[in-house]
Formats: sequence, structure tokens, C-alpha cells
Amino acid sequence: MGTTASQLGKELLSEYQELTFLTKQEILLAHKRFTELLTREEKDIPNVRVPMERILTLPELKSNPFRKRICYVFSTSEHKDGSLTFEDFLDLLSAFSDSATMEIKSHYAFRIFDFDDDGTLDSDDLQKLVNCLTGETDDTQLTFEEMKQLISNILEESDIDKDGTVNLSEFQHVISRSPDFVSSFKIVL
Amino acid sequence: MSRDNLIISDNDTDVQVDFPAEDQTSQEDNAHENKRRRKADGKERKKRAIKTGRASSIEDTEEHTQKHNRKRNGSKNHKHDKEKDQAKKYQNNKEEEGEIKRKAAKSKKNLKNEQTKKKEQDSEKSGTKKRSKEKKRKDSAEKDTKEKEKAKKKKKVIETSSEPESSEEENEEEEEEEDVVRPETLTPEELEKLKEAVEDRKKLIQGLRGKPWPMKKKLVTLKESQMFVEKYEGALGKGKGRKFYAYKVMMTKKWLKFKRDFENFKTACIPWEMKIKEIESHFGSSVASYFLFLRWMYGINMILFGLTFGLVMVPEALMGHPYGSLPRKTVPRPEEGSAMDFAVLWDFGGYAQYSVLFYGYYNNQRAIGWLKYRLPLSYFLVGVGTVAYSYMVVIRTMARNANEGGIGDDNSFNFSWKTFTSWDYLIGNPETADNKFASITTSFKEAILEEQESRKDDNIHLTRFLRVLANFLVLCCLAGSGYLIYFVVRRSQKFTLDGLENHSWWERNEVNMVMSLLGMFCPMLFDVISSLENYHPRVALQWQLGRIFALFLGNLYTFIIALMDEINVKREEEKIVRYNITMWEASLYNGTLSENSTAPPITVHPADVPRGPCWETMVGQEFVRLIISDTMTTYITLLIGDFFRAVLVRFLNYCWCWDLEAGFPSYSEFDVSGNVLGLIFNQGMIWMGAFYAPCLPALNVLRLHVSMYLQCWAVMCCNVPQERVFKASGSNNFYMAMLLVILFLSTLPAIYTIVSIPPSFDCGPFSGKNRMFDVIQETLESDFPAWFGKVFSYASNPGLVLPFILLMVLAIYYLQSTSKSYKQANMELKKKLQTQNEENKKKNKKAALKAAMDLEEARKAATQAAQLQAKHKPPSQQYENIEWDHEQRRYHRRDVRHQPTRGSRPPHHQEATGHLPGAPAQPRMHRSSNVPKH
Repeated sequence: MGTTASQLGKELLSEYQELTFLTKQEILLAHKRFTELLTREEKDIPNVRVPMERILTLPELKSNPFRKRICYVFSTSEHKDGSLTFEDFLDLLSAFSDSATMEIKSHYAFRIFDFDDDGTLDSDDLQKLVNCLTGETDDTQLTFEEMKQLISNILEESDIDKDGTVNLSEFQHVISRSPDFVSSFKIVL
Repeated sequence: MSRDNLIISDNDTDVQVDFPAEDQTSQEDNAHENKRRRKADGKERKKRAIKTGRASSIEDTEEHTQKHNRKRNGSKNHKHDKEKDQAKKYQNNKEEEGEIKRKAAKSKKNLKNEQTKKKEQDSEKSGTKKRSKEKKRKDSAEKDTKEKEKAKKKKKVIETSSEPESSEEENEEEEEEEDVVRPETLTPEELEKLKEAVEDRKKLIQGLRGKPWPMKKKLVTLKESQMFVEKYEGALGKGKGRKFYAYKVMMTKKWLKFKRDFENFKTACIPWEMKIKEIESHFGSSVASYFLFLRWMYGINMILFGLTFGLVMVPEALMGHPYGSLPRKTVPRPEEGSAMDFAVLWDFGGYAQYSVLFYGYYNNQRAIGWLKYRLPLSYFLVGVGTVAYSYMVVIRTMARNANEGGIGDDNSFNFSWKTFTSWDYLIGNPETADNKFASITTSFKEAILEEQESRKDDNIHLTRFLRVLANFLVLCCLAGSGYLIYFVVRRSQKFTLDGLENHSWWERNEVNMVMSLLGMFCPMLFDVISSLENYHPRVALQWQLGRIFALFLGNLYTFIIALMDEINVKREEEKIVRYNITMWEASLYNGTLSENSTAPPITVHPADVPRGPCWETMVGQEFVRLIISDTMTTYITLLIGDFFRAVLVRFLNYCWCWDLEAGFPSYSEFDVSGNVLGLIFNQGMIWMGAFYAPCLPALNVLRLHVSMYLQCWAVMCCNVPQERVFKASGSNNFYMAMLLVILFLSTLPAIYTIVSIPPSFDCGPFSGKNRMFDVIQETLESDFPAWFGKVFSYASNPGLVLPFILLMVLAIYYLQSTSKSYKQANMELKKKLQTQNEENKKKNKKAALKAAMDLEEARKAATQAAQLQAKHKPPSQQYENIEWDHEQRRYHRRDVRHQPTRGSRPPHHQEATGHLPGAPAQPRMHRSSNVPKH
């Protein structure tokens, strides 16, 4: 622990505490876990990016059906490859932390569900979302009719302005009334 | 781009407010530096010219976007307007401080401010006017800082007219910078402004973590703001005030740091946090909710333990008469031989019975030790206090839970919630994930089926018959178990009368064993029976819980009733013993009065003194035994049912004819509801028995502590995730309600015994009194002044108590009705909000449509111009700053993608995409983004 603390730097650490919803211990733990993902050569490079494949080996993300989306959303990479720097990683953990606000959680949830990155959840997005939720195997997936019915029901409920898509404000409106969103939208290291 | 500028939804204001600040500042800094250098040279005019050129060049390049901006300003939401108003006001204030000769300039400026929002051309014009005017002024007037400031402000207004959100902040900052260079020149109002700006920055810093930006951007903003705050915070105030202010600032900083450290410390101090989080990540939130409940229970028991231990047990042990000094504190002669045997101690007989652990050991001496500690009073008050505290905590938690759960009561977003919030992101175990997939699929299918209302009711009569049959069977089970317990308790009384030594281990522990076994097997039976009923799993779970609850409750109450019988038997016995004792004493003293205790002529060893049966200790012992056996059964079932089963399944699977892991025995699931119920009943027994056995809370703390580790281990090593994954949130208050019911039901018999049965004559702190609560009266009479007792007796007069109760009932009624009306008002407000939202949406739509129409013709030219510029102008350094915000990038991408098809798109659709999160309001980025990306 002592070595990680010195690696991070006191000032940076306090800045991270200021900027995330994480406590000092959590940041240090995150740093430890993150450096474990690095190869030997990479450890010396500042602001190194860890490719998505390696991030996804984390047990916390491994069985999450949205793992790739999460990486894409939090990645600041130029190439859109879902690779994360340590700061991106902290952003991720902060948004998924216990004390993060409903606003920030719902914002990121929206972006995770927005598969084509166009700023709205249209029926394609919803279809992908439902497929993610029901798993890849054929016996759990919904039939075409069920899917159609489901999506039309979802849109009927949440698409307030009836434009065929769910936008962020509609999404947040729906989410903010849900009793268990905040408690389930969490990832802890 | 322009489309994005058209409408901004409410949510993204916060994103926008500060975003442009960044590149703006870099730009601004450059400008600033330039300016200073030039100022040193003394070439004011040239500088102005350059500035003007610069500003106008920017304006030129952004002509089309500004047009759009202007329109957006019209349809912009009120938040921005407010900000702008503030900016205006701020500027106005500044002007007012100035000399009267600038009045003309001021009015023009105000005019200009409005104009920038209305008409771009006008703003341009007024800007040039301004500049010319200023030049004149510069030449004539003395060049004080304020003027420079003003000039800059003006420049800024023009420059930032494309980003009105940021202009305000930037202005402030710039002005402040100028101000602080020479703090003496500041007027009080300016100081106020400065303070405000600093406060704003501080707020920004605090709110930074709540912004969905990438870390890099947050870091830069933080550093910048911190620098700003640091730079100007110290300069605020004058003379003494200044020092004080600096001190205050320092202290707040220290305080903040301390608070943060303390928060860290607090989270580090929460016991088992990591363990629970680990479980949470393996099994999801529902299993973790059990452990949270366990921890909460542990906390409560810790406090109960602290109360009984600190206020009753320790004082008695330290200051009371030592062991062996009194008959009630000594093991009687016939038991002495076996008092140290393990079997006896295990049953809490022998030395354990005659110790501080039980009621009977306590002496009825009013005050003990050099502290004159009122032990009987304290014993009574602690008994009452533990119950009162428990009520308070449970009810408070329930109220809090109700508040949290109150949001989710309307069912209008059933499908959306299922889709958007059903995944538990904590799940880190592939098996759990698979189960979750399956459960989500079934829930989808169920919901769809329900929605279609095409549920085929195959033979409703059969289902009805089966359900009635199932309930009948369950009732039979309950009655049977009740009778069994009653029978066993009565039998055990017979054994006790015979003397326990003559009976086998089973006969001695029959009651507890039977109760534990019933608690173990009846739920399984219920589970089998409930498969007859064919309920929806959720409904089935509720039935199951209800039945187990009824079973436990029935068992507990049969136990209590049997115990009551036993108490009555003991009291009969006591009467005989009492009579015998007087006879014995009479024979001992040879006719002298037994009350003559001051100088007993013959000393008898306390172990030889005959004594009553002391029913209170008996009750306490029963409860302690019950708790012990309950704990043991729990642990043993855990070991056998979970651990050995897991081991067998794991290793026999190599040489078995079918797949044990997937097939019949398989691994056990963690039964959340059953475990919670067990915990609740355990707590109920604690509450019931704690008055007669002060050691019960301590035992329970020990038990919970061990449970925590054992169950954590068992869950992690030998349980598989539940197949039906339930949400934690729905059931929390259900459990709490059960806990409250149990609390009430368990305090009922305790209170009944305290109030209506006279205490034993020769044991316990209340011996010799008619009723236990007489201790209060005694204290009132002897420890308080006479008038207090009088007041108390008046207050307890039925004539006063009855009206008081009436008043309370009335108050409850009143509060209830007001809460009802509040609820109604709340609902109405909700409805209003919804309709208003819809109206707003419609209005926005209309405005957007209109704006889109207006834009149609301008758009082509705009896009062409943008593309042209993109070709001609390479992205400059200052725009690179923006690049890290990939959200922005997203929109640029989209923007670019849509550009060719833009003309053909229906305006309706464009409006929809206009509601975008964090849609950038910056026309400049449009240009920069086009180049590198595509």
C-alpha cells in the first residue's frame, strides 16, 4: 500500500478524491488493481492505456453483458478502441460507486445503453439492450414477436414526446422513479 | 451543428455552462498576455485595433453560427436566461460604481448586451461604436484600471457573444484578475463581487465530481479553479478583516480536509464492509442485503449489550455482595457436587445459574457500593430502555425505508424499469450472471404475457381446490407443531419435577431440540405444499414467508404459554416453600422472629438455607437454552446442509452415475428469506428474555459475530447463486415490518409478567416487593423531594391520564389526516408537473419546428461555409483542448454523418435529436471537428 501511495502522489490523490466519489482507500485499491493489469514495460510509462481486452479480464466486469459498452463509454482513446487510462478507470469506478448521484449514474447508463452513440435510444438500441439482458443463448432469447411487443411497450411508457426514441431526459425521468436503479448500478472492486 | 444549437434540454445546461470556459480561458490568457505586453509598450491604440481585428475576425468566421445562436437564444431555456440576467446585472452594478460621465457608455452597453442576444448585426455595430467611444475616452481620461477593465469587458462581450453561457464567468474572472493586482483600488461592492466569484468557483469545485466529464477535463478545471480561488481568496478583505478572512479560509480548508479524512476513516471503520462487498459482487444485491441486515442487527445488539452490561452486570459484579455471601448468590448444598459439571454448566445450571448472568443473583439492596448505585432501579430502567430503544430504531429505519421506497410505488414504467434497471452491475460471477439472464428473460416473458392478458386459466376449479387443500395442510402442520411443543414443554416440566439427573440427554433438551427441528423441517414441508398451489413465484415467496412466520410465531407463543403454566406451578411451589421456610426458621431460632436479622444468634451457611424456586431465573434459563440450541442447529445445518453437501457433490461427482452438480442434490442456494426470518425470531427471543437473563444480548452479539464469519465463509465456498434472483429493495421494509411485529409480540409477554406477576420473594432485585415496577415508586418516595412524589401521584391520576391519552389519540388522528392530505397534494403536484412537462415539450417542439423552417434556407450556406473553412483553416492548438471530451466528439461525428442528408430530413426528427445530452453550444468546434475526424 505504501508504495502505491507514493506512486500516485499525495496531491494527485487528493485531487482524485475531490473529483470522484471514491474514498482514498478505494482509489488506492483501484490503482493497485489497475497496475496489476499492466505489463512490466508499461509500468513505467505515464498515462498508459490498457486495451479493452485486458480490462475485461477483471472479474467485476467479466460477466457483465454491457462490459464492452462500459469500456467504450469511459474510454477517452482517440481510436475508439475502448482502452482505458487510469483516470478513465477512476471515472468508471466513480460513476459506479456507492455515493455517486442519480444524475451521473443515469447519464452514464444512458450512454452505455446508447449502442450506436447517436444520443437517443431508438428501437435498434433497445433491441440490442434486451438481447444483452437475456443473454446470448438461444433458449433465453426472446422471439421476434415478443421483442416487438416489448419494445413497443417500452416506448409507449418512456417515450413521452412520441418521436419513436427515448432521449436522455426521458430516460432520466423513467430511471429516477425506479426503486432499485441506484442500488444495482454499482461496481465495487 | 446548428441543429444541436437549436434546442438544449434542461439536463445539459450544467454541462454547457462551464465547458467553453476552458478553451476560452486559454484564448483569454493569450489575449491577456498580449495586452499586458502592449500596455507596457504604451501602445494602447494599436492594441485596441488588434483586438478589434481579432474580435471581428472571429465574428466573421462565425457569422453563420452566430445567427443560429441568436435563434437559440430566443428558444433557450430559462436557466440560461437567468445566467445571462445575472451577468447583465453584474455588469450593470459595475457600471454604477463608475463616474456619471460614463453614463452614456453604460446605457449603450446595456443596450448592447441585449442586442447581442437579439441581433447579431446590431451587436457588431454597437461593439464598434463602443470601441470608438472608448478610444476617445482613453485618450482624454486618466488611464485607471477600471477603464481598462471595461474596455476588456466590452471586447469580451463581442468575442463571447457566440457563447453567452461562458461569457459571464469569464468576464468575472478577468475583472477579478485586474482588481486584485491592486486591491487598494477596490470598492466594497467589488469586493463583494469578488467574494461571490470565489464562492462560485468553490461551488464549482465541489460540484465537479458530479459532472459527467472525463477525468482530464475535470482535473484541468479543478486546477484552474483552485488557482483562481487561491490567488484571490487571500487578497480579499482589508487590514484586519483581510487577515481574518485569510484565517477563515485557511480554517475552512483544514476543516474540509479533516472532514474528508474523517469520512475515509468512517468508511474504513465499518465492519465487514469488504466481506459484504465481495459477496455482493458474487451473488448480487439480494444476498448481500441479508448480510447488511445481519450487520445492522449486530449494531443494535451491541447497544443492548452495552446497556445491560455497563449498567447492570458490571455494577453488580463489582459493587454488589460477592458470591457466597447470600443464599441467592450461592449454589445450594444438594447441587454443589455437580455445579461445576460441564453438562450442568452447558444447561446454564450450577455456577452459571448463580451468577450475574441471571435475574436471581441480583440483590434487592436499594443502593450498592460506594457509589450508592441504585441497582434495582437501574435494572428496571435498563429493561424498559432496551425495549424502548429497539422500538425507536426499528420504527426509524422503517420510516427511512418507506421514504426511499415511496418513489417506486407507481407502476407506470414496468417495462422500462425491467429493461433499464434490471441488470445488477454488481454481479461478478458467471453463474449468477447466467441465472440473472434467465430470470430477466422469464420476467420479460411474464410481463408480456400479463400485458397481453392471454393467460389461459386451465381448470380454475382444480387450482382453487389445490390451494384450499394446501392451506388446509399448512394449517394442520401449524396446529401439529403447536401441539407438539406444548406437549413437550409439559413433559419436560414433569421431568424437571422428577429431577433432571434421572433422564437422558434427549429428555432434558427435548423442548429446544423439538423447536429447532420444527423450525428446520416445517419450512421444507411448506415448500413442498406450496408447489401444489401454482402461484407466481413472487406470490409464492410471500405465502411461504407468511407461513414460516406463522409457524415460528405459533411455536414461540406455545412455548410462552407452556412457560406461563410453569411459572404458575413454580409460584405454587413457592408458597409451600415460603411456609416451610418460616417453619424452618422458627425451628432454627427456636421461636425467635425471623425478621430479627440484625443479630442472628446462629449463623447458617447460605448454601444450606432453603430457597424458593425463583421462576424468573427459570424463564431466563429457558430462553438462554433456546438461543443456544437455536444457534447450534443453525450452525450444524450450515455445516451439514451446505458444507458437507457441497463437498459430497463436488467429490462424488467424479464417480457417480449422474451429474450431481447439475442434477438432484446439487449445491445449496443461499436462502435469504429463511435466514432473515431466523434472524428476526432470534432477535424476538432476545427481546423477550433479556429482562430475566441480562446475559442474553451478550450471547446474541457473540452469536451474530460468529454467524457473520461463518455464513460469509459458507456462502462464498459452498453456495450457488439463487435461481430466482429477487430484488433487495422490495423486501427490505417487509422484513422490517416483521421485525416490528415480532418486537411487539415479544415485549407483550415480558411486560405482562413484569406487570401482573409478583416477583419471587427471595431472589432478584425486586424481591420483597409486591410488583416489579414498585421500584419506581420507592425511588420517588425516598430519593426525590416530597413535592415531586406528589406531582407524580397527581400526574398518574386517572383524571389526568385519560384526557392525556385522548389528546394523544386526537394528535395521531390529526397527523394522520394531514399526512393524507399532503399525500394527495403531492399526487396533484405530480400530475401538474407531468402535464406541464408535456406542454413544455409541445411548445419546444413547435419552436423547434419553426426554427428548423427558418434554418432550412440558411443551412446549406452554413454547411458550405463550414466546410470551406474546415478546408482552409487547420485546427489550431486551442481547439485541441476540446478533443478529450469524447462526448462532444460523438456529436461531431454524428453531425458530420448527417450533413449530407440534412436537407432531406423531416424537421420532426431533427427536433428529436435536438434533445441531446451535453450538446455542444460551440460553433467553433464544428469547424475543428470536421477536419481530423473524417
